[in-house]
Parts: sequence; C-alpha cells; structure tokens
Amino acid sequence: MSRLDLTNGKVEMAHGGGGRAMAQLISQLFARAFDNEWLAQGNDQAQLSLPAGRLAFASDSHVVSPLFFPGGDIGSLAVHGTLNDLAMCGARPHALSVGFILEEGFPLSELARIVESMAQASREANVPIVTGDTKVVERGKGDGVFINTSGVGIVPEGLDLSGDRARPGDCILLSGSVGDHGACILTQRESLGFAADIRSDSCALHRLTQAMVAQVPQLRCMRDPTRGGLANTLNELAQQSGVGMQLEEAAIPVIQPVQAVCELLGLDPLYLANEGKLVAICPPEQAPELLALMRAHPQGKSAAIIGTVTADPQQFVQLRTRFGGNRLLDWLNSEPLPRIC
Amino acid sequence: MKYVDVFRDAKLAHQLAQHIHQQADPERHYRLMEFCGGHTHAVFRYGLPALLPDNVELVHGPGCPVCVLPVTRLEQALELSRLPEVILCSYGDMLRVPAGKGQSLLKARADGADIRMLYSPLEALTLAQQHPERQVVFFAIGFETTTPPTAVLIQRADEMGISNLSVLCNHVLTPAAMHAILTPSEGEATAIDGFIGPAHVSTVIGSEAYAPFPRQFGKPVVIAGFEPLDLLQAISMLVGQLNRHEARVENQFSWAVTPGGNPKARALVEQVFERRDSFEWRGLGEVPASALKIRPEYARYDAEQRFELSAPRAREHPACECPAVLRGQKRPDQCRLFGTPCTPDNPLGACMVSSEGACAAWYRYNRGRIAMQERE
Repeated sequence: MSRLDLTNGKVEMAHGGGGRAMAQLISQLFARAFDNEWLAQGNDQAQLSLPAGRLAFASDSHVVSPLFFPGGDIGSLAVHGTLNDLAMCGARPHALSVGFILEEGFPLSELARIVESMAQASREANVPIVTGDTKVVERGKGDGVFINTSGVGIVPEGLDLSGDRARPGDCILLSGSVGDHGACILTQRESLGFAADIRSDSCALHRLTQAMVAQVPQLRCMRDPTRGGLANTLNELAQQSGVGMQLEEAAIPVIQPVQAVCELLGLDPLYLANEGKLVAICPPEQAPELLALMRAHPQGKSAAIIGTVTADPQQFVQLRTRFGGNRLLDWLNSEPLPRIC
Repeated sequence: MKYVDVFRDAKLAHQLAQHIHQQADPERHYRLMEFCGGHTHAVFRYGLPALLPDNVELVHGPGCPVCVLPVTRLEQALELSRLPEVILCSYGDMLRVPAGKGQSLLKARADGADIRMLYSPLEALTLAQQHPERQVVFFAIGFETTTPPTAVLIQRADEMGISNLSVLCNHVLTPAAMHAILTPSEGEATAIDGFIGPAHVSTVIGSEAYAPFPRQFGKPVVIAGFEPLDLLQAISMLVGQLNRHEARVENQFSWAVTPGGNPKARALVEQVFERRDSFEWRGLGEVPASALKIRPEYARYDAEQRFELSAPRAREHPACECPAVLRGQKRPDQCRLFGTPCTPDNPLGACMVSSEGACAAWYRYNRGRIAMQERE
C-alpha cells in the first residue's frame, strides 16, 4: 500500500469510500496514532471486558471554529468533552469511540495534527480510543472537520449522582475560573482581531471527580458547564431538582483577561463555555472537606463555594452582585452576541 | 480591571444613593429617561432601581438600534436576502428581530437564504472579495456610534474598486429621536422630566448636540458613562437640576465626551452620508431629518439604488406596546403580551429581542427581583 502524503495531501472523497484509500488513512494515520489492542484487531467493533458496576454511556459532537486555539484543538477537546460527560456521574471512563466527518480538500497535515492531539489526550487520560468511523463530505458541505466521540465508563456500586438531587441548603461549588474557553475561542476568531492572552481550559476532569466521589460519596451531583456556561448549567440543575439557587458574584472566579474581553464586547463570563471546569452540589456539612480536596488537586486549585441551593418553586437562579444588588441569572436565550454599540 | 472596578465601588454607590434619597423632594415625582439601551442594561444589571427612592423613576428610552428599526426596513432586507445572488450580512441581534408573519432573518436563513452575522462591517469587504460572483449587502443599523465604521466600509470599497458590495443604510440620529419624544402628539403629555444622555453616542457627537433640549423644551440632559457610579452620579445631577428648576446640558462622562465630539468621526460620516428628509422609527413613526442615507457620490454602494426594493407595508403585532414603551409612556410589564407570550425566546415585539431592549432587560432582570420581594 502506498504512503499517505501527510505533508501536502488533502482529504479526498475516496478517503471515506470504503476502499483502499480509506484503509490507507485508517492504518497509516488513525490506527498508528491511537495504537491499542482493540484497534489492532481491525474489527468493526471493540469487545470490552468491563468491571462490575453500572455502565455510563455518553456521546458528544464537536464543531468548533477555529479548529486550533491556545490551550487545545478540536481533537483534544473531543476527547476531554466525552471523558468529562462520563466523569460527571462519578464514572471511571473505560474506552472511547471516534467518528470523523471530514470535508473534501481538508489538508491531511492538519488532520494528522488533530489526530495526534487526540491520541495524546487519550494517553494522558489513560482511556483508549477503541473504535471509530470516517466519512467524507463534498467540499463546501462541512467545516473542515467534525468529530463525534462516544465513551463508556463504569459507575462504582453505591454511587448515585444526578441533576435532580440538589436540596435546599446544599452548597454549590465550582472548580475554577469561568469563561476561559469561550473567551479564548472568541478572541481567536479572525474578525475580532484581539490579542488577549487567554488559553482554553480544555482538560479531562475524571481524576479530580474520582477523588471527589471517593472522599465525599454524599455528593448530590456534578456537571461540567460547557455551552451556555455556568448560568445555563445552574438553571438546568435548578429545574431538574425543582429548587432555586442563590449565588455570590464575588465568589465566582473570573480571570482578568476574560473579564476584560467580556467588558469590551458586552458579554457575561457566566454565559461563556468552559471545557475543563465542573460544578458540584453537596450537603453543607461536606462542603468544607470537598472544597479542601478540590483545591489540593491541580484541576481545582481555584475552587470556590459560590452559593447555596434555595427552596424556590419558580426555580430562579439569583446572583448577589459585587455591587450589592440581586439579579436574576436567567437561561441564555440565544448564542451570546457582542453588543452592537 | 482597576479602570472598571473603581466605577463599581459598592460603598461609594450606597453613599451616592443615600445622597439621592436626601435630594429627592417627597412632594414630587422624577421621571428620568435613559435614552440609551446600554444604560437600560446597566440599570438592571446592577439593580439600581432598588437603590433609588420610589419617586425617582427610571424610564427606558428608544436607544436600542434593533428596537427602533421599523418592520418595513426589515422586510426589505428579507426581500434582498431571497435574491439568489445576494449574501446579506448584519450584526447578530438584528438576525432575531421579528418581521411580519413570524419571519426573521434567522428563519429566512434556515429556509435557505445566505445571511451572515458580522462582528465588524469590514468583514463584508472580505466576503465581497471572496465571492466576486455574488452581491454582498451590508444591512447597516445603529446610532451615531456604528455609523463611522459603515462609512469606512464604503470608502474602503471605493478605494479598492470593489463593485459587488452595497449597504442598506438604516443609520439613525439620536437628537432627532429625543426631539420626537419631547414633542407630544395630540392629547398626550411628554412623559419625562429629563434625560440621562447616551455615553458612546456622545463620544462621537459631543455634548453640544443636546443644547436644544434644555433651551427649547426645558428638559435637562446629563450625559453619563455606563458604570453604576456614573449612572448614580448622573441621576443625582438631574435631580439637582430639577430641584433648582434648571435645565442645562451637563457632562458626567467628561473624560470621554467633549463638547464637539470626535471631529474625525464626524467628518468621515459627513463625507459619506447625508440626512434623509424623513425616516420611520418603530414606536415614534415618521421623524423628520432623523436618519442618514448614502451621498450621491457613493450611490453605487447604495443597496436602495442598486436593487429595486418594494416598500411592503408590514405590520407589527397589534397588541404590542413597544411604541408606548419606547416613548416612555408604559413600562414593559404594562404590555399584556409581556412575559407570556412575548419572551426573549419568542419575541413578538422588537424591545424583547436585543439584550439592550427595555422589555428584554425587564424580563431578564426584574422577574427575579419581583420574586425576591414577594418572598420577603
């Protein structure tokens, strides 16, 4: 089989056609980068031996633009995204699948960068990518690369975390600063021409969550505030649990460059996406212990208790501002847009 | 963030609020209009009404460019977007504004029209270069703040000899709208006692632009920045003037606004645009000399001249009270559509669309406050 030109080559329709070109792409790029015993078997599925416990299963599709950004790229993001969805129920992630939708004409060199980045993220997380799929769409019908990742993990016996378990009086904890990923992506969009030094917070959180559930099994729920940001995530949890929430703006960490970008564009960091943060809700008695544990972990260094769960049939999430006022932190009703003037 | 934090000092804010409580004459009611949507947003974001005495009322004005654009102009943009050769582009908020029959630019896009969201008008130039076989139309809206960038777009296109770009110009003028608000129509009294003057707009047009309002209508104007302390200080200055029976233009935002504004921006606008005889505003109706059109020397960049546009007489929702809200005659919650069925997810009126719109700001921030009061 001839060599794939990973320097100057482009994705062609044949790379998704099921023939020699596709076999070449899989063996010379994907299987080589992801390299594990399941892929090496060359079957259409991976057969996994799983430990005892409940199976957690999650899927996430990634369509980010630009594909490469400070702190990550669509490849590592696709790995972290699904790992974090599994981690939020306390599951130990076991294996991932990947589905690529490639646009005809996409440079193979960039695809190789993305695949290498996925492979590295999967190695660092110690969770293999065991099966996958590739499709190619005609030029103009995609946006370079779309990636779907799915994953399975095992929830230990006796652990039950769910978004409907928050109770009035519970404490709300956040693992670190908000808005880093969303602000990073915004500043990277060509048209804005910003030079802000903001890195995406994209990372896998399963080691942090495993430490949390091991030490504080009374945890009610965890969720990673991705699209829609912290505000939407808390509204989701409030609705699922039928409760309200009272937050303290001053307690919510926001790094200065993110704050500055938000001021300039008229955006609220509480609505910007995060890819390496989590919200946890626990009974008040456990909050100090959980906070200390999170702060001792590299991914929870800036963790904070940001508010409490309240009894509120209207399920409002309220924010006590730094200024001393109180305001509603409502659901996002569309994509955050910079103000016109 | 020192440059912002100093304007958000809670202790100073409470002192200023206390001062306003002392100033406000319990025998009278002060109705102060913040013309600008940015102010409306800040008023709610920082919860300022709760800090003010009950008889100092903030009234939300028409200063949101999305809210004041009449449906007719939006229908024209929709008409353009349906032409197969056209790429229509505009600012994000504009895409969600409801037109007739439940249409909007976003819905038209879902139906197949090529509609793009821009962050800056100059992106339209890039689009025109990338698609020489298409016609790129920039649906330009906004007050004096967004007009200079549109002028730059037209001049740049002219210098570069780009022929497949044009602008559907809907730039409007703040002082003309303030004039319309202060000129009561038959049987209706002017609803406000003074203006909190716009911040960004004033950096362009300068404080002198507001001189006619105190002189002609006896209404004070205090230009204010967007931070909570700016606003509280401006409110205090307005209450002070009203107590002394004065009516002057004062400039609270003095580090950014000069009497003459920004001469470079004004000259640029003057080169490219001229006044229209009249322009329709949502809520205010036809207002003479209240908007700009492209000068004849740049006519080849004028979408109104390049394309044959019909002028559909579209109608807004019959029960929508946006006009009265924009004139300061009604509060958003006094509209019977407010909350249900008109919400930010399903806006029936323009004021519910933009985050700077009075109804959207009320919906977003006030429901919680009302719930809190009920709880207390």
